[in-house]
Amino acid sequence: MSEEQAIALKELLYKIADDQLILGHRNSEWTGFGPLLEEDIAFSSMAQDKIGQSYALYQMLHHAGEQAPDTVAFMRHADQFHNCVLVELPNGEYDFSLIRHFLFDTAEALRFDMLTRSSFEPLADLAKKIKGELRYHTLHANTWIKQLGNATPESIARLQTSLNYALPYALGIFEPSPNENIIMDAGFFQGEASLQAEWQSRVISILEQTQLNLPDWKTVTPILGGRIGKHSQHLQPLLDEMSEVFKIDPTAEW
Amino acid sequence: MYGGGNTFEGIKTDSLAQEDPIKLAEFEARIARGEKIEPADWMPALYRKQLIRMIEQHAHSEIIGALPEGTWITRAPGFKRKLALMAKVQDEVGHAQLLYSAAETLGKTREEMIHDLITGKSKYSNIFNYPAFTWADACFISWLVDAGAIVNQLANAKGSYGPYCRALDRICAEESFHLKYGHHCVIFLATGTQKQRDMFQEAINRWWAPMMHFFGPADKISAHTQVLMNWKVKMATNDDTRNQFLDMYVPKIWELGFTIPDPALKKNTDTGRWDYTEPDWEEFKRVINGGGPCNEERLAVRRIAEERGKWVREALRSPKASYVMPLA
Ligand SMILES: [Fe+2]
Ligand SMILES: [Fe+2]
Ligand SMILES: [Fe+2]
Repeated sequence: MSEEQAIALKELLYKIADDQLILGHRNSEWTGFGPLLEEDIAFSSMAQDKIGQSYALYQMLHHAGEQAPDTVAFMRHADQFHNCVLVELPNGEYDFSLIRHFLFDTAEALRFDMLTRSSFEPLADLAKKIKGELRYHTLHANTWIKQLGNATPESIARLQTSLNYALPYALGIFEPSPNENIIMDAGFFQGEASLQAEWQSRVISILEQTQLNLPDWKTVTPILGGRIGKHSQHLQPLLDEMSEVFKIDPTAEW
Repeated sequence: MYGGGNTFEGIKTDSLAQEDPIKLAEFEARIARGEKIEPADWMPALYRKQLIRMIEQHAHSEIIGALPEGTWITRAPGFKRKLALMAKVQDEVGHAQLLYSAAETLGKTREEMIHDLITGKSKYSNIFNYPAFTWADACFISWLVDAGAIVNQLANAKGSYGPYCRALDRICAEESFHLKYGHHCVIFLATGTQKQRDMFQEAINRWWAPMMHFFGPADKISAHTQVLMNWKVKMATNDDTRNQFLDMYVPKIWELGFTIPDPALKKNTDTGRWDYTEPDWEEFKRVINGGGPCNEERLAVRRIAEERGKWVREALRSPKASYVMPLA
């Protein structure tokens, strides 16, 4: 692997790992606050999967010469994170969390499906395992979107409002990496553009089964920047909270 | 978290006079033989009432108990702790779910129980009305509060009501992981830096009184109801469970080099039981009746969660929505 390729691969791994960590963290904030106990439990399950997945990816990065997972996750500043802005937004009401979960995990399931064919074998192997876990996340999202997207005027209106709010951020998932071409040429990943195309048709196929409306894609302006470390004001406070104990003494074992 | 049986006030047994004496005798004979009572079986109204109350309190303790530890999920230091604490608190919410289902078999719905929780009508374990200021407090809860809960729950698992016993068997199996996790966290604090050791010592100093309160008022001042013992609703006295806890955990705390803020605490070699300074039962009463540092905050969190989730529950009840398969 050339040096350029190694850099591009790290870029790919970091952005995926950061997405998983940050959304996992947000999902875990539902513990104790869900609209019903079953949803506390579901969001906690997904949080554990996502944080476990990010851990595995940070370990892969560690093998590639990066610092240990705890250091990477707990010691970086917001502008060193490469997650999309969508995942760092506060949970808001359940409608927003659900819509975000649906939009993000639909993309994530497709992404890991593509990654099972990555030329970087350790990633392809890990993707096979993660793909299985994500199947439950999309099953959960789709079931709830179809239920609440057809139930009461209030549930439909809430989901619609959150969908309209989340879509520009969701398009930010597909912000290309600075080294996108190298990533694609090396066969690490098929690229954000083809992922986005598949994602759109998957999202449409689920939303068609609800009373929710998708705006014309052309009118949705993506909110970009996350992949190059430009974040909303919400990420740094999340990281400060996450590292509050760790930073009491980063050399200590906890 | 928690167990049951520590917030019994005096109960009126007058209603027993109205029960069919033959059925009552049969019921008591079954329990004496060690049989379990099942939801469709005949049972005295008082038995039903007390069990609902106990299981409901236990369920509430699980979800309220998820709050002080839950706030540390987002701050847990390192991947391993974060993953383990998420799983642990998720278990606690799962325990609430199991217990509400067990209580529902006696005729009170989950919605009614949660309503009584957030309106302050029913109680939950007093210990969760204290704040978890530091990571070490969260570790104290995971290790020692769960340890206390296990003592209670193992006793209650031998009780007479089938659905509650079965729920407790499952819960106890999970609790033993919580205990291991909590103990592991504490060992790292105990063998870590001076700062880490101090953090845990301070947690012990803060939590010792609530921990002693956890098992309920001293036998000599608590309403003793023989009929609940006979019916295997209450399985051990408060002093017995407290003593069992001290016997199992005080030596472990001392071994790690920590002190316990009670100069009178020692095992009495004559009685084989622990001597200790009598806990402040006036404080206990004040806290359980709403005067603790966190009562209002805990209930407010629950109330807000219920209010914010109302539209979701209503949507699920809508005829256009069929049952949503929960992901567990
Ligand atoms: Fe527990
Ligand atoms: Fe529990
Ligand atoms: Fe617990």
